[in-house]
Amino acid sequence: MPSRALRLGLVVVLAGAMVLPFVVTNFRLFQCAQVFIYAIALLGLNILIGYNGQFSLGHSAFYALGAYTTAIMIDQWSVPYGWTIPVAGLLCLIAGFLFGIPALRLEGLYLALATFALALAVPQILKYFEHWTGGSQGIVLSKPAAPKGVPLNPDQWLYFLTLFVLLVLLVLARNLLAGRTGRAIVAIRDNPIAAQAMGVNTALYKSLTFGVSAAYTGIAGALSALVIAFVAPDAFDVFLSITFLSGIVIGGLASISGAIFGALFIQFVPNWAQDISKAAPWAIYGVFLIGFMYVMPRGIAGAVRLGAARWWRRRAEPS
Amino acid sequence: MTPSSEPILAVRDLTIRFGGIVALDSVGFDVADGQIVALIGPNGAGKTTLFNCLSRLYTPDRGDVLFAGRSILGLGPHRIAELGVGRTFQNLALFPTLTVLQNVMIGLHSKTRSDFLSNALRLPWVGREERAIRAEAMELLDFLDLETVAGHPAAGLPFGTLKRVELGRALAGHPRLLLVDEPAGGLNHEEVATLGKLIKTIRDSRRVTILLVEHHMGLVMPISDKVVVLDFGRKIAEGTPAEVQRNPDVIRAYLGIDEGMTR
Repeated sequence: MPSRALRLGLVVVLAGAMVLPFVVTNFRLFQCAQVFIYAIALLGLNILIGYNGQFSLGHSAFYALGAYTTAIMIDQWSVPYGWTIPVAGLLCLIAGFLFGIPALRLEGLYLALATFALALAVPQILKYFEHWTGGSQGIVLSKPAAPKGVPLNPDQWLYFLTLFVLLVLLVLARNLLAGRTGRAIVAIRDNPIAAQAMGVNTALYKSLTFGVSAAYTGIAGALSALVIAFVAPDAFDVFLSITFLSGIVIGGLASISGAIFGALFIQFVPNWAQDISKAAPWAIYGVFLIGFMYVMPRGIAGAVRLGAARWWRRRAEPS
Repeated sequence: MTPSSEPILAVRDLTIRFGGIVALDSVGFDVADGQIVALIGPNGAGKTTLFNCLSRLYTPDRGDVLFAGRSILGLGPHRIAELGVGRTFQNLALFPTLTVLQNVMIGLHSKTRSDFLSNALRLPWVGREERAIRAEAMELLDFLDLETVAGHPAAGLPFGTLKRVELGRALAGHPRLLLVDEPAGGLNHEEVATLGKLIKTIRDSRRVTILLVEHHMGLVMPISDKVVVLDFGRKIAEGTPAEVQRNPDVIRAYLGIDEGMTR
């Protein structure tokens, strides 16, 4: 029964998501597209941290790599934007895999520091290659319009595009994590020695997981370049990495739906904080962060799961 | 013993040092196919060190380990399972956040082949493989009386139950040789007797050769075909349980009776 209720809930949410672009303002649609993009990035980071137990403060670097791949391909070579998204993903897959190999020697806080270094370095590297990246000025793109014959404005079109990519990547992640590979990924987090004794090639799995995680985040970066129609190095500093990190913790570690909850949080809560206090929005945001962690120690996804289980139990009890 | 058949496991002249300490000193013995062999000795005798050499967590300084006639020292630790060597751990090394069923399903990792891409795309053969993994794991849970806890996370179950889960996980890889590290630790008298029966059943019905590290003589003596005794990293005796029990070196080293009393 609960799984049928879950399916019904999903259908309702999806139907709502299909109708939404025709009832709200373009600015709201832009914000929704941002949520979808963040959800993709958080999904990637959660596969790495939540499921595999490898830490990263460097995912802003992969987000930047994805965004700049798209921006440079469009700006320099006029590549159709649709092609730049898989290229950004592939490039980040390779970059993440390669970074994951030396990272094998680093555990916990040391890995956090190494990835922190990556996050620090990338904005400056972007400024250095000014010819390609436009330096501090960045690259201005034009918002892609809907394909000919599709009666949608650019914001509506990007809303559906980002939603589509998110849904595809959600399904792929769910499949990956539900199977043999997913069990091995979690086994490495829980007990690497035992995982090895079961025949899991821990080095390969950890590097590949790093690559997959970076690919997700890179695709998110590529989509953000399209939606914002602008890339600049300072948007991809280490603060973005920490925002992602807080997103997966608030949303729910090792949970796929947690990526969506976390994305909603990092998109909207800073705005609310701004509305509450113009003078100290980050102080308000901080209170929200601590409050959420205190009330929902297993993230929003964990709280939702717990609440749903209680509700079902109460319904099942004869009154 | 049938001397004509090749031993499934041959340990030859195994020596390993940690700093100045010789943890294993020229240890050698054979395990014949289908036997239950026990490795006993006082604490710190080198039993677990030897196990870790067999599962390639440690690399010995000298000597060799042959499985079915082939040296395993050139292989990485994750390659041992696919050869047909399973193991359990002294202090339990389960995956605590995964369910009992999932723990046993991971035991089939070395026997299955779906990977990142085929799992993500859920290709048709992956679905078939996944169903086969689940069915086989369920069959093992049934064999070990664990069906009722299949969906329970491994964390929070009684110790004796978790020991059986570890056995199930190790058996899932269809090992020809099962390395069992102190299975009786933390079990009461009755549980030890049941465990002894279970180990024999595993050997007989699943045709698994078993090498056992154990302190508990009540478990070792009734079920073992052969006992190897280690003390301070050296092999001091090898033989049937009866022979070993009579061996004066073993009595002195392992039980510490006569010297310990007179000193």
